[in-house]
Amino acid sequence: MSVREFAERGADLELVGIQKRFPGFTAIEELDLTIPAGSFFALLGPSGCGKTTTLRLVAGLEEPTSGRILIGGRDVTGTKAHERPVNTVFQSYALFPHMSVLENVAFGLKRRRIGDALGRAHEALRLVELDHLAQRRPAQLSGGQQQRVALARAIVNRPALLLLDEPLGALDLKLRRQMQLELKTIQEEVGLTFLHVTHDQEEAMTMADTVAVMNKGAIEQMGAPAELYELPRTSFVANFLGQSNLFTGDVAGSTDAAISVDIAGARVTVPAARAQRHTGRVTVGVRPEKVTLLREAPAASSDHNVLGPGRVIDVSFSGVSTQYIVAIPGVGTVTVFAQNTGSGPVVGEGVEVWVSWPVEHGFGLDDVAEPAARFAADADTTSIAAQRREELVAELEED
Amino acid sequence: MAFAAFQTAEVVPQAPRKRSRIALFLLLPGLLYLVLFFVTPLISLLLTSLQQPAEFGDIGQYEYAFNWQNYVTVMSDYWPHIVRSFGYALAATVFALLFSYPLAYFIGVKARRWPMLQGLMLVLVIAPFFISFLLRTLAWKQLLSDESFIITSLKALSLMAPDAHFTGTPFAVIFGLTYNFIPFMTLPLYTTLERLDLRYLEAGSDLYANPFTVFRKVTIPLSMPGIVAGTLLTFIPAAGDYVNASRDFLGGPDTQMMGNVIEANFLVLLNYPAAAALSIILMAAILVLVGVYVKRSGTEDLL
Repeated sequence: MSVREFAERGADLELVGIQKRFPGFTAIEELDLTIPAGSFFALLGPSGCGKTTTLRLVAGLEEPTSGRILIGGRDVTGTKAHERPVNTVFQSYALFPHMSVLENVAFGLKRRRIGDALGRAHEALRLVELDHLAQRRPAQLSGGQQQRVALARAIVNRPALLLLDEPLGALDLKLRRQMQLELKTIQEEVGLTFLHVTHDQEEAMTMADTVAVMNKGAIEQMGAPAELYELPRTSFVANFLGQSNLFTGDVAGSTDAAISVDIAGARVTVPAARAQRHTGRVTVGVRPEKVTLLREAPAASSDHNVLGPGRVIDVSFSGVSTQYIVAIPGVGTVTVFAQNTGSGPVVGEGVEVWVSWPVEHGFGLDDVAEPAARFAADADTTSIAAQRREELVAELEED
Repeated sequence: MAFAAFQTAEVVPQAPRKRSRIALFLLLPGLLYLVLFFVTPLISLLLTSLQQPAEFGDIGQYEYAFNWQNYVTVMSDYWPHIVRSFGYALAATVFALLFSYPLAYFIGVKARRWPMLQGLMLVLVIAPFFISFLLRTLAWKQLLSDESFIITSLKALSLMAPDAHFTGTPFAVIFGLTYNFIPFMTLPLYTTLERLDLRYLEAGSDLYANPFTVFRKVTIPLSMPGIVAGTLLTFIPAAGDYVNASRDFLGGPDTQMMGNVIEANFLVLLNYPAAAALSIILMAAILVLVGVYVKRSGTEDLL
């Protein structure tokens, strides 16, 4: 495929045994990944997990230590960035400060000698609703506008593969939704392959067909967003993608249909098909919105798990739902999201409650959760500062 | 970039009257200095350039007049020197730029990972300043004289004609000018290239530009402030230089520049009006050239 012409359709991306080492640390341990043509693929992970490095490898801005990269079946491992049918929307936008917005958008088209570069650039700017600012310099635009220009500059080239490096980070919620929709529309219309790198799980889940959760240079789990959310395989995925209540205990009994785990004296049953491990010490979990709060001890039932009694230690109202945190002796804390539909109990702090959830919503993990990391308070200033520092260090390392 | 949006925030005016008085007070020493050592000599120079020989006076005695013919006379007498000055200065500027850009790029971009190397190379660029400009130029005269090792070797290898000289030729003068002004070119280039955001270069190559095009379309425009500053710092003093082109250094009778002519008129011929007129012409020509250059290079908003 020549870079001289527009991609007719998206191309497959295949990463085979990719490893990337930098002096002093390994960014990517071992990565095998196939992204089918025309899909919207999100690489989700915390800062420093190697997702941006993966993106840069695909763009040709870094060379892998070992492994091969194939785009549309063609091995591009040895080719330079400008020879790859790939465009990137950079996290820093990287708009050329010495060119007008229009010149920025037309840059790629001119390099490929595609006719009517300016006309097409105007068209792309109209798409992101910035055509009226075509003659401005990037520095005269707001952060959100710059981001849209960066997007226009990439999609105007109709690349076989579009790489997005946290491209919607600086947008406000409304514009973000609008751009998400816009991106989705463009992707469906043209059938391009999108590889989206983000740490925003909501963005990944709403936009992508397939999400791969990355941690410490390797992919932890990959699948459709709903699948990942409903059935996380590791404690990292369970906590990074939404919230989870995780309980660790020994398997006390198992049948073909279900396993039951001993959690501080109580039995928690998980369908065998939803549990990764069936013997020994295991971690099981449930999503907070699947859990119901009860004022009275419920009757024992084989299709519900019950834990309690415990006390409500925190109630926070967020409009659509209310989040309760229940401390259960011997078990720890359980988070419950209750929809504010008017049904169900409304309780205050200190009230004695039981928590219950249907057996079919539980899941069993492949690893054992670290108890300390489970509900680490991440809202106090010291931990935010520590987290920020870690992010910065990770960023520096990535650079 | 993300912060660009905040840069247009309005500046809150703070008690303007009081502040302007303090500002004026702080400016006073500078203003006095300028009036005493720049404006006064400039007016004196302008007046001298219009003088005519005193009646029944000795050589070197002039009286005030409005003798604008001085300008016509020096223009017709010395136009080859004027053309030569700007030609040599231009050549030296181009050579210095060609030599300094890769050097500055290496120090400012490629050597970023090794601050020690960066520091060492910068010291090497500045090191010649520790020795007097005159001494260095004299040293080159020695090194490149007809009997020197370099020239005799070149002649022995038949790379130079047996009766050719190096010193006294235009090439030697341009060589000297280039050599002497290279640090003035390298340092401003280094300061802009050192801040060059490499992500723009990555964006360029992501948008199908090959390395040469990235250099032409992204690196060069982004380093324009350094190029303009460096070329001005080289061209302006080089055009008025009278050391390199002097017969005592690297020049000869056919390589005299405006600086040499001004020197001769002031100190040997005692023709003060001619020397002053030449000085004014030099100054005006540089001002016009620089103005056009800055305008054409479109760097007003980058500077």
